[in-house]
Amino acid sequence: MGTEPVGRTLGQTHATGYDDATRERLVADAAAIIARYPRQQSALLPLLHLVQSEDGYVSPRGITFAAETLGLTTAEVSAVATFYTQYKRHPNGTYTVGVCTTALCAVMGGDAIWEELVEHLGIGNDETTADGAITLERVECNAACDYAPVVMVNWEFFDNQTPTSAARLADDLRAGRPVTPTRGADTVVTFKDMSRVLAGFPDGRADEGGAAGPATLAGLRVAHEHGWAAAPFGDEAHDGAEGTAGKVAK
Amino acid sequence: MTTTLTPVLSASWDADHSWSLSSYEATGGYRGLRKALTMEPADLIAMVKESGLRGRGGAGFPAGMKWSFLPAPDGGPRYLVVNADESEPGTCKDIPLIMASPQSLIEGMVITSFAIGCHHAFVYIRGEVLHATRRLQLAVAQAYEAGFLGKNILGTGFDLEITVHVGAGAYICGEETALLDSLEGLRGQPRLKPPFPAVAGLYARPTVVNNVETIASVPGIVRGGASWFAAMGTERSQGHGLFSLSGHVERPGQYEAPLGITLRELLEMAGGVRKGHQLKFWTPGGSSTPIFTAEHLDVPLDYESVGKAGSMLGTRALQIFDETVSVVRAVTRWLEFYKHESCGKCTPCREGTYWLVAVLKRLEAGEGQPGDLEVLADTSDNILGRAFCPLGDGAVSPVQSGLKYFREEFEAGLHTPADVLFPPEKSSLFDYTPRSSAQLAGVH
Repeated sequence: MGTEPVGRTLGQTHATGYDDATRERLVADAAAIIARYPRQQSALLPLLHLVQSEDGYVSPRGITFAAETLGLTTAEVSAVATFYTQYKRHPNGTYTVGVCTTALCAVMGGDAIWEELVEHLGIGNDETTADGAITLERVECNAACDYAPVVMVNWEFFDNQTPTSAARLADDLRAGRPVTPTRGADTVVTFKDMSRVLAGFPDGRADEGGAAGPATLAGLRVAHEHGWAAAPFGDEAHDGAEGTAGKVAK
Repeated sequence: MTTTLTPVLSASWDADHSWSLSSYEATGGYRGLRKALTMEPADLIAMVKESGLRGRGGAGFPAGMKWSFLPAPDGGPRYLVVNADESEPGTCKDIPLIMASPQSLIEGMVITSFAIGCHHAFVYIRGEVLHATRRLQLAVAQAYEAGFLGKNILGTGFDLEITVHVGAGAYICGEETALLDSLEGLRGQPRLKPPFPAVAGLYARPTVVNNVETIASVPGIVRGGASWFAAMGTERSQGHGLFSLSGHVERPGQYEAPLGITLRELLEMAGGVRKGHQLKFWTPGGSSTPIFTAEHLDVPLDYESVGKAGSMLGTRALQIFDETVSVVRAVTRWLEFYKHESCGKCTPCREGTYWLVAVLKRLEAGEGQPGDLEVLADTSDNILGRAFCPLGDGAVSPVQSGLKYFREEFEAGLHTPADVLFPPEKSSLFDYTPRSSAQLAGVH
């Protein structure tokens, strides 16, 4: 049973299996995942997130584990794992720093942020700093265009970034200082901890952070200023104990 | 009369802990479900049909009609799958909705499931939005605890399970059949249609796939009635919708308005285009919809009017670009997106996006070759209508519309780099000095 996986290209070595305690834990988690679906192969995507939560990438032993668990071949599992960009084929850094460089973010400053981080960290796309802290990625549109330019750290939102703020963020991550997303949990969790949430195991942090950033509420604020609201539903009159009229703008 | 905003889905987003079940109920949440469970499923479908609600994920297909396409019950399972794989460039409404008000989606799912006879529903959420995923997981757990999910919901005998399924990074999974393959544990590649998901969807069973905003709109329709909803919007594009303003606008963000509002009206509410600048081009509904220019400021943003003007309403993702922006640069970047996200299943899309990017990149660098514009047009013609799914059609929208309105900028690419004509530092929100030697080493 294996050593810690090291390296990433030529000469990369991989652990070949899980020790009994780890395996037992993964088997229990896998069973919980499979139970969510009418058919067990649907569990493959979350299982691969689970593998990443254990190994920090989709490891060969993880692929074997997923295949054995679901009665698939390792080729079938690999075919799926290589299709999706979030599944990593070599050990990921503790933090994925993703800079959105799709058209709108790029134009608003994403290209400049990207250039800054490439120079500041001395690495390129899909490369990891020597200390293992940061894997840098160009990411595609992340559904936060009203906060452009956007940087994602382990898929938490860092809105309205600048080259300076992004470099500081990277420094904080490398120094092990906690960082706080603009819309998200109180602190950014590690790649492995994040992967566990994506596998469907909540980390109890859903209540952290606010409901919405300023852009999300921009229209609602304008409506409030002007006293605009949609017509009432008409069921507000028979209010029970539940509370206030639902439709009236606050 | 000027159009005014009509916050419905967004009305409670500024409430304290708006994502919690208690906060949602305090603003009228789950009243729609209580009413729906007293109705006949067929009447619910009829009500949604009558409301005129059309799919808010881009295609605009009438939701009630989609539901009614399910074959008669045969005793086997029927599924509802919510598409929360929001990835279309410019589109940024569903993720904020899930962050601020996930219960509105859950309530809509319970009502819809009751209407179509589904007992196991799924939310397919993209994998790159960690906190939205947490909020969704919490919302489902709270709904189970309160008896809005699980066995014998509110004592009616109706059972429903909801599974939150997290994707892993693939734009194509927003296409409904690719989404279903992905949910079945496969590579996310689109299926041949027909059969449509209504007949053979998830696990080859009758399935309804709807967008987050579509389903979250259902509780309001049940509460207010079909005519309440249809009173908003235009004759054939009814109801409220989230309009997402981004880019060179003073106050970007989510503006919930009746369909048919214009960009001119929305810009006025949003403080206008970036101070000291003018509107140059914009997308009405994400990067897959042909671009518009300042001449389209008064086009009513409804399905019919936008279509008549040569584009599509799409997801109402209004990306605003001012006069500092190179059309060639923006189009190149969009095409790099499509090339990256093409699933590789069909040749026109896989090869076509590759060649479009190759030609666009040399035009952007000012190193275009004679005939390049013709190659762009010809390649686009060979993708449009020939790709397996709409990704290919979407990919050519920026190219064809860019050439239509700004051909001279592409022609300039035969001799002058885009960043000479349009210095990028003039478009960014902060001052900086571009590193001219820096290579934007990409994965594209």
